[in-house]
Amino acid sequence: MKLAKVTSPHLHDRSDTSHVMKMVIVATLPGLAALSWFFGWGVLINLVWAWIVALGCEAIVVKIRKRPLGYYLNDYSALVTATLLGLALPPLAPWWLTLVGVGFAIIVAKHLYGGLGSNPFNPAAVGYVVLLISFPVQMSSWLPARGVEGAIPPGFIDSLKSIFPLLGNASVDIVTQATPLDQLKQRPGLTITEIWQPGSAFGRFAGVGWEWVNIGFLIGGLFLLFRKIIYWQIPVAMLGSLTVMSIIFWGGSGSEGHGSPLFHLLSGATMLCAFFIATDPVTAATSNRGRLIYGAGIGVLIYVIRVWGSYPDAAAFAVLLLNFCAPLIDYYVQPRTYGHNSGHNSDSDRSGDS
Amino acid sequence: MTILLAILALPLLALLFGAILGYASIRFHVDGDPIVDQINAHLPQTQCGQCGHPGCRPYAEAIANGEDINKCPPGGEATIEELANLLGREVLPLDAEHGEEKEVKMVAYIREPECIGCTKCIQACPVDAILGAAKQMHTVIVDECTGCDLCVEPCPVDCIDMLPVETTPQNWHWERPKPSVELIATSHQPHRAEVLS
Amino acid sequence: MNRKLFSFPGGIHPPENKLQSLNLPIQSVPLPKRLILPLQQHIGAPAKAIVNVGDQVKKGQCLAQPQGFVSASIHAPTSGAIAEIADHEIPHPSGLASLCIVLQPDGEDSWCEAQPIADYSAAKPAELVDKIRQSGITGMGGAGFPTSVKLSPPADSKIESLIINAVECEPYITADDMLMRERAAGVIEGALILNHILQTRETLIAIEDNKPDAIAAMRRAVEALSESHNSQPHNIEIVVIPTRYPSGGEKQLIQNLTGKEVPSGKPPLHVGIVVQNTATTYAIHRAINHGEPLISRIVTLTGEALNKPGNYETLLGTPIEHLLELAGIDNQQLSRLIMGGPMMGFALDSTALPVVKTTNCLLAATNTEYPEQPPAMPCIRCGACAEACPASLLPQQLLWFSMGGELDKAEQYNVADCIECGACSYVCPSHIPLVQYYRATKGELAQRRADLIQSDHARDRFEFREERLAKEKAEKDAKRKARAEAAAKAQAAKKAAAALEAKEGGATKDSSDAKPPSDKEDVVAAALARVEAKKKAKADAAAKTQQQESS
Repeated sequence: MKLAKVTSPHLHDRSDTSHVMKMVIVATLPGLAALSWFFGWGVLINLVWAWIVALGCEAIVVKIRKRPLGYYLNDYSALVTATLLGLALPPLAPWWLTLVGVGFAIIVAKHLYGGLGSNPFNPAAVGYVVLLISFPVQMSSWLPARGVEGAIPPGFIDSLKSIFPLLGNASVDIVTQATPLDQLKQRPGLTITEIWQPGSAFGRFAGVGWEWVNIGFLIGGLFLLFRKIIYWQIPVAMLGSLTVMSIIFWGGSGSEGHGSPLFHLLSGATMLCAFFIATDPVTAATSNRGRLIYGAGIGVLIYVIRVWGSYPDAAAFAVLLLNFCAPLIDYYVQPRTYGHNSGHNSDSDRSGDS
Repeated sequence: MTILLAILALPLLALLFGAILGYASIRFHVDGDPIVDQINAHLPQTQCGQCGHPGCRPYAEAIANGEDINKCPPGGEATIEELANLLGREVLPLDAEHGEEKEVKMVAYIREPECIGCTKCIQACPVDAILGAAKQMHTVIVDECTGCDLCVEPCPVDCIDMLPVETTPQNWHWERPKPSVELIATSHQPHRAEVLS
Repeated sequence: MNRKLFSFPGGIHPPENKLQSLNLPIQSVPLPKRLILPLQQHIGAPAKAIVNVGDQVKKGQCLAQPQGFVSASIHAPTSGAIAEIADHEIPHPSGLASLCIVLQPDGEDSWCEAQPIADYSAAKPAELVDKIRQSGITGMGGAGFPTSVKLSPPADSKIESLIINAVECEPYITADDMLMRERAAGVIEGALILNHILQTRETLIAIEDNKPDAIAAMRRAVEALSESHNSQPHNIEIVVIPTRYPSGGEKQLIQNLTGKEVPSGKPPLHVGIVVQNTATTYAIHRAINHGEPLISRIVTLTGEALNKPGNYETLLGTPIEHLLELAGIDNQQLSRLIMGGPMMGFALDSTALPVVKTTNCLLAATNTEYPEQPPAMPCIRCGACAEACPASLLPQQLLWFSMGGELDKAEQYNVADCIECGACSYVCPSHIPLVQYYRATKGELAQRRADLIQSDHARDRFEFREERLAKEKAEKDAKRKARAEAAAKAQAAKKAAAALEAKEGGATKDSSDAKPPSDKEDVVAAALARVEAKKKAKADAAAKTQQQESS
């Protein structure tokens, strides 16, 4: 009889990392469905392509690092990065754009820093920012959403061909259009009411399609909250600070206006960022109060960059900037240990004890 | 006139600042540990003399006077790092000339029936950890022994053994878990030599 | 009844698995072939054997006396002969051997004369505490701290509350639950004795709400007490607390019931609280009212490898295999044997080990019940561990410091305040053995502290020796000088005598003149001696000041 000599605890919760990652991927489904409905097959094709690239890159790096392949691929973290980046790319982004973005995210932003758990910056945000800076034209070429001036997204074959031009030319011309956030930014002196024409891309609150996409991600996010995969502090703080900022600087519907709070909450990557990107635990602050500060910082920065910066949307930038701050937040915001006066032993604490 | 003023003003200012500095140096004087004591506090106090000095304090004095910090085998790398931090010097590998770092702590035991009572080991012990008298059997006070080896050489009948300190349920403690990557079977297990090269 | 609770941070809800061992009443255990009694079953110094091999002992006879204040005695669990006093493996996470007394039962089971205290309420507290110490009672919940030490607060401290810890928050264990169901009156009696010793304002018996039967039994016992003790009001209160692991941790329980926190590194006495375990309280009742020392305890035998799980009243020193046999062990299925609960208990590598005072549970688990943990994945900083930590530590940061061996940092982040409850490891989705890292770090820190003390000690001894050698050398030098002088003087005297003799040979009348020169010589010698004395005094003074400076 051989008795196992293992240390306590002998009992373990059933959750594991790959389960967490799978849940995150599942939770993107409502948002993915909305995106696919409004922007066509390209979204799905891009996503699958991003998965393939991510798994390939991960496998290569793990091989080079001489680590066991199955062990590392099993954690699904590469798929999460690919999913989040794939969802943020324009629906008909050419294949090489995804390749560069996902490749950079996995190889540089994740593995060069030591792999899962050791990367200081969110890989998906890094990949997105690299693409946005390097290929601004391709990155702002969004399709008009289904329903904007009668637009219908291209079919499967056309989408495939426009993503992979090697397969032949698409049978229809693909019309691209700036996103509502972009249009709001680029309007030449027009008032909000003037550009918010019926039938334009702005829709009811925050842009045709975009409203639903954001609601989709919101539903997914609530699912994650419900399953206790993410903590409420970051999304609540982020959405809260974004709301507060957009109320303070609303400026009405004139030419000086910056859009309503609802517009800011439901357009662009707000919800994707709030529930899926900012909540990435590896790169966020870890204490409860720290998470509140971290989330609030992202919300403020998103608004600042959207309204006064030179980019129409800012989620990735805001997340990266707060990634920088996370260790500092963690250092200063520490819970008070049981039986101590402060978070970690300071001199006053010691003298108080003695 | 203005030149005179300027000439007057400068020495006055100098005096004023000098006075402030002088006051501050007295008022905020810090009685720091002399550097030798600080160095000595980091040495392991085995008093083994492997560094070439007769004890830890003499070596601490020598370090304060510029001697290398890598001559203490019982302290090993940890001590070298601490000293490097303290003195702002570079971390050096342990000087092999003075011996190797031992993995386990050792203490001396006298095989008592063989002891002839020559008192040579008693004289050699730097911490008075050996009891005995001439022509009487000697014994080591294990709790006081620093494991310095110095008693082994002088013994004319070679009856002193250096044995590792016994682990008992009282001084035992848990070990750190092994990193999991080592636990996973893989054909690409990095070899130590590979990692080092 | 509706006492305000204060809660505590963190905690988890692992599956309880308590029902399987609650089907049978407390079972008795037939005498085993031999009993193995480790001399150390408690925290502190091991006991010292006062019997010899071959001695015949009676049941309840003291076999080993405490050594020092923090120590506990050991008694014979049954009558028989001392077969051996030797090193045996003891139930300890290290799996190491330690000195044990082995008792060969004679089957008579005859008691030595019991000396109960007739009326505890008339006895002085010190007398009761001494009786408890003589009875070898230690904390029976897990740590095994000698109870008499806990009951001897410093004279200036005021103990406000006595808390009887009947929480039993670890999954699987039901020993205290069964004890309260069947012997509630004894537990209450023990609490009254403790209250008499400490004279506290309140006596709180805390029970988790997953033990309704025990709560009911205890309430009935308290009511019965109120009726019978009409003249003497008692201050016992049953407090039901919500089930959440580790609510039975001493510090967590105190925080939960009183809102007070025990300062780091201090005992609960510091905030005017004494906490005692239920089984300990019952043992105190047996010791005071019946004069029975601690020789048996209730052990929960459970786990899927047993087909008769339950609670067994077991003599201390009973080999575990004897108990497992009794509970219907399936040796083919047994893959892990745990002493204590699944959260904090440690795995044993042999069934030949004895039951000791702290053995509240033996968990014979199968492979399906506790499969081996998959290898750890990298930490994804999810923060679940920090959320679960009842001490509000930062498990992640502590993990980095522990992995990197940064002891100073770990100490700064209060690794010493970790109660090793295992909640962090339980929730970790990456299966990182967090507690094991902290245990190792705590051990390394303790080791380092011990080494530091030892090296300071060695330095003092070395310096003392240097000084002594210097002094000896100085003394030797002084002696040598004195000898040389004496020799010179003797030489001179000889010469003078010879000269005198020569003179005397010539003219005897000169003999009266011999005085002045010898007088002169005396003066010189005296002067030399003075100089010498002065020098020595100076050297002594110098040595003294040096000694003062160095010390």
